[in-house]
Amino acid sequence: MSAPNKDFDPVAAEALSEESVAAAVVAAEEAFASANDLDELKAARLDHAGDRSPLALANREIGALPPSAKAEAGKRVGQARQQVKQSLAARQAILEIARDERVLAEESVDVTKPFDRDPIGGRHPLSTIQERMADIFVAMGYDVVDGPEVESEWHNFDALNLGPDHPARSMQDTFFVESADSGMVLRTHTSPVQIRTMLRQPPPIYMIAPGRVFRADELDATHTPVFSQIEGLAVDRGITMAHLKGTLDHFASALFGEGIVTRLRPSYFPFTEPSAELDLQCFVCRGESIGRSDPSCRTCGSEGWIEWGGCGMVNPRVLAACGIDSAEYRGFAFGMGLERTLMFRHGITDMRDMVEGDVRFTKPFGLEV
Amino acid sequence: MRIPVSWLREFAPVPPEESGRDIADRLVRSGLEVETVTSVGGAVAGPLVVGHVQSVEELTEFKKPIRFCTVTVGADHGHPDTPGERGIICGATNFAPGDLVVIALPGSVLPGDFTIASRKTYGRISDGMICSEEELGLGEDHDGIMVLPPGTAQPGDPAGPILGLGEEVLDIAVTPDRGYALSIRGVAREAATAYGVEFTDPGLELGELPIPDKSAAPHECVSEDLTACDLLTLRTIVGFDPSAPTPIWMRRRLTACGMRSIGLAVDVTNYVMLETGQPLHAFDLDRLQGAVRARPAKSGERLETLDHVDRELSPADLVIADDRGAIGLAGTMGGLTTEIDGSSTAIALEAAHFEPRQVARISRRHKLSSEASRRFERGVDRSLPPYASARAAQLLIEFGGGQYRGMTAVEAPVDPIVIPLDPNLPGEVGGLALDEVTIETQLREVGCEVERAGAVLQVLPPTWRPDLTDPYDLVEEVLRLIGYDKIPSQLPSIPAQHGLSMGHRIRRRVGLSLAGGGYTETPAYPFIGTDELDGLGIPVDDARRRLVRLANPLSDKQPYLRTSLLPGLIATARRNVSRGAEDIALFEQGVVFFAGEQRADAAPRPDVADRPSDSELADLDDLLPHQPRHVSVLLTGAKEPAGWWGAARPASWADAVAAARLVATAVGVDLEVTSGVNAPFHPGRCAVLRNGDAVVGYAGELHPKVVERCDLPDRTAAMELDLDVLIDQAQDIVPAPDIQTMPVAKEDIALIVGEDTPAQDLAAAVAEGAGDLLESIRLFDEYTGEQVGVGRKSLAFSLRFRAPDRTLTAEEVTEAREAAVAKAVERFGAVLRS
Ligand SMILES: [Zn+2]
Repeated sequence: MSAPNKDFDPVAAEALSEESVAAAVVAAEEAFASANDLDELKAARLDHAGDRSPLALANREIGALPPSAKAEAGKRVGQARQQVKQSLAARQAILEIARDERVLAEESVDVTKPFDRDPIGGRHPLSTIQERMADIFVAMGYDVVDGPEVESEWHNFDALNLGPDHPARSMQDTFFVESADSGMVLRTHTSPVQIRTMLRQPPPIYMIAPGRVFRADELDATHTPVFSQIEGLAVDRGITMAHLKGTLDHFASALFGEGIVTRLRPSYFPFTEPSAELDLQCFVCRGESIGRSDPSCRTCGSEGWIEWGGCGMVNPRVLAACGIDSAEYRGFAFGMGLERTLMFRHGITDMRDMVEGDVRFTKPFGLEV
Repeated sequence: MRIPVSWLREFAPVPPEESGRDIADRLVRSGLEVETVTSVGGAVAGPLVVGHVQSVEELTEFKKPIRFCTVTVGADHGHPDTPGERGIICGATNFAPGDLVVIALPGSVLPGDFTIASRKTYGRISDGMICSEEELGLGEDHDGIMVLPPGTAQPGDPAGPILGLGEEVLDIAVTPDRGYALSIRGVAREAATAYGVEFTDPGLELGELPIPDKSAAPHECVSEDLTACDLLTLRTIVGFDPSAPTPIWMRRRLTACGMRSIGLAVDVTNYVMLETGQPLHAFDLDRLQGAVRARPAKSGERLETLDHVDRELSPADLVIADDRGAIGLAGTMGGLTTEIDGSSTAIALEAAHFEPRQVARISRRHKLSSEASRRFERGVDRSLPPYASARAAQLLIEFGGGQYRGMTAVEAPVDPIVIPLDPNLPGEVGGLALDEVTIETQLREVGCEVERAGAVLQVLPPTWRPDLTDPYDLVEEVLRLIGYDKIPSQLPSIPAQHGLSMGHRIRRRVGLSLAGGGYTETPAYPFIGTDELDGLGIPVDDARRRLVRLANPLSDKQPYLRTSLLPGLIATARRNVSRGAEDIALFEQGVVFFAGEQRADAAPRPDVADRPSDSELADLDDLLPHQPRHVSVLLTGAKEPAGWWGAARPASWADAVAAARLVATAVGVDLEVTSGVNAPFHPGRCAVLRNGDAVVGYAGELHPKVVERCDLPDRTAAMELDLDVLIDQAQDIVPAPDIQTMPVAKEDIALIVGEDTPAQDLAAAVAEGAGDLLESIRLFDEYTGEQVGVGRKSLAFSLRFRAPDRTLTAEEVTEAREAAVAKAVERFGAVLRS
């Protein structure tokens, strides 16, 4: 409020006095400081920095002053309004921070509440171990090849040097497709995929065949009539058993840890000559438990080695059946069971767990093995 | 093959300090698979002595036979009150005063931790036990007390050594190429090589047979098929004492090898077979009529074999026969009518060599595997029959008396196989340096004769190794004897390849996507029964009834191979439910099988000597059923469980369709969805899934009847897709979309249509009407109720418009929107809801 003029041509106005201006500033600053939130500050701003505030009104008085007084009064009021504006901004900033903190505090939640609204599934470890193994061989330059599960007897047996009267043929508990001379079986191994590959393409051949195979065994803790294998085949000039050993050693260390090696023991398979049983160095004790019963190694039974599969140099008769000249090319082949690998790799004690499809078994393997 | 170590040592003087386990380790390294090393009567602890039965008193007051026996047990072992004697209660009746028996004295421990003590029973003091074989852990002979042959030992002698207690026995799993290892002879030879000790061959000692009694000729033998039976010998012995017992050491070894003692004549043939590997057969000479001949069986001929099975023979069988007919299946099993028994005094001892495949075929056709057939089909030493039968005749006469009348034999000429071996080959195959001396030395260890002829070695394999037929067989022998541990480890250098195929990459993606989408992979067996297809309501003419049947299924209830993954998922879901699971989402990627046309003729069997022709290979492939890879899901319970966020969202048909779309996205193909009807789905909740014109699968809620029959939770939903077809359509290279950056204009419209109008078709009409400016259309709401009227529904779409080169004007957007509505009106009589 401006005070009434005392004179017609005033040289001074009460509202513009130093005291009045200073008082208005103090009042404004006090009002701002006592504002507890942004709403109160808004009211204080209207009172003390708005169009109807004392300083705004005082500012209007300046026009009526004689020119000689205008400059001084203008400077005084201008500085005062600037000071009020700064105080307001400072208080505004403080209260905004306070408000933000309060809002964030109010919005806090219990983040420990489980949010399993979209449960994730899991892949079967047989799938993932197969892929892991395939990746190791793909990195070495192998192709991954599939073949039919119902297979001709010719591909499954005859071409693999297992003629109709071969004693090893009756050793295999083969599922035959009806009728008796249908010439078809559920493949007993993935070896027919090797045959198909050799028939399809000339050497060099470096391939692996992972897949399901079948033997007429009843399901129990260590057997299943439907199981999985991975087999590998290399056919090239100058292939040696040393290459077989090197490949298996590399595979073993890639899957079980640096430095883990394999061991070959003489054996017999119709499709390889020479043939060998394949043992894996125990990746848990690395052979340190050999002969020890206390503490014994549960993975290898303190033998230091784990039976893993079979291998050998491709029998020249098998190459011949596929039209490959054994004078020019030699090959090696190997194979192992995936269920068995999973059992000792992960400490699975009962084959049935891998077969029955209980989701509680599969889920812990998640998306990777 | 079980190998008692003492028997092996007879022919291979392995150092005495080597244990059975040490020997086993050496044999394993040279390629014999020793599965176990056990010891005879492992758990028996003394004092066990020989006893002489003095008297037997029958105690008649009991319901069963109980006898009180007085037994002489030697001066040191008698009861204090009865020096040199003990009284023992026994329930067995197969022995009499004068017999030698085995006595477990008080303090003995028998298998099963059974301690013998002096005790009062049946009113007497029983001061020990008279033992049976079973009680001593020697065998499963239930005939009663073990009676030792007279003169075996003196009363009081320790019984352990006589019974061979504590003897170590190796059990070897013999691979099909190592027929020679089905004998002590063969394994002893390997042991001698492994230890570098001298081998004494029991198969090459003709021994000291008596001079044949010339008063009568030996019995005649004939081979009518000198290919199938290229050597037949027959030795004749008369005046044999059928009551002569088998010596205890022979019984002990037979038992240790897992064979029963039957009578001296049969025991000797078995003993010699175990020792040499040559199967022998003893005929009762008095029951033979005419020459013993090997010949093909006649059509309709029958033979009752020793296992009391009456068999119908076929001309493909080779039999041993006399004038009356077949008396044995060659190399497999003898006949009942000419069997040796407890009264036979004249013996015709047959030792022959048969073609391995001939015996394999007989064994397979008659489903009859015997000790003889196992050996013959793996190959028996061609030169062995006369030696083995001489050894047997000698043992028969030594222990059973009788006169030797001599031998008759027929034989085809032998053409020995000489294998030319390039001396570089073993080293080249093994990937190591091998000099010729080493190679020759190892081959001679095996028994080969080796001669240098120009650049190659001419190798004559020994007669007991018919498995050695080509250079690689010799390479294996050399390398295994040198030791596989000498083979270095080296990686081949492999030409660069292309990595995983697109199909494999897609299959991985599909698996990962479904797992990420909440599904758990549960691969099932592929075996199904028609019950399961009936349960799914699959019609009789459905392709899924084109079943491949197994000749020898594990279960008669599931003799077929699956044509759908759903039966497996259903069984797995049920198993999970039975174990307490409630919210289940399963998937499988796997092969299914659709039978092709039945063939009238037998399957082709191309020769394996060379590559079959392409047309022969095509014929083979034509046999096979169609075997596509499918992917399937099954879900029940809640797809989203209840939680602090709200209620559960039950799994539904929509999830199944979404899973199919997820798979299509992972593969990278389009999937069109229309409604349809297909078992096992709810007729109103079944989506037909198409790629282009091809139906690639179905998804939806299972038919309530199927749910009921399969004992599944209500509203179970499922999906099945032919993954192979989708993968075939997948593009390797995805073209990038054109991203427009001009402003978007959004419009929402709600259209009232008949409730049967498919949302997808209505959306298509709207899109068509909206024209090129439409960027996307999305169904965001569905409403049925009073406001739209009975039999009608309101579908609300949000439309987004955009031009590639300019900001759209309000007029342009309105025009496009009105055109969109107009098309829906025109096609479906839609009413714009305001
Ligand atoms: Zn270990």
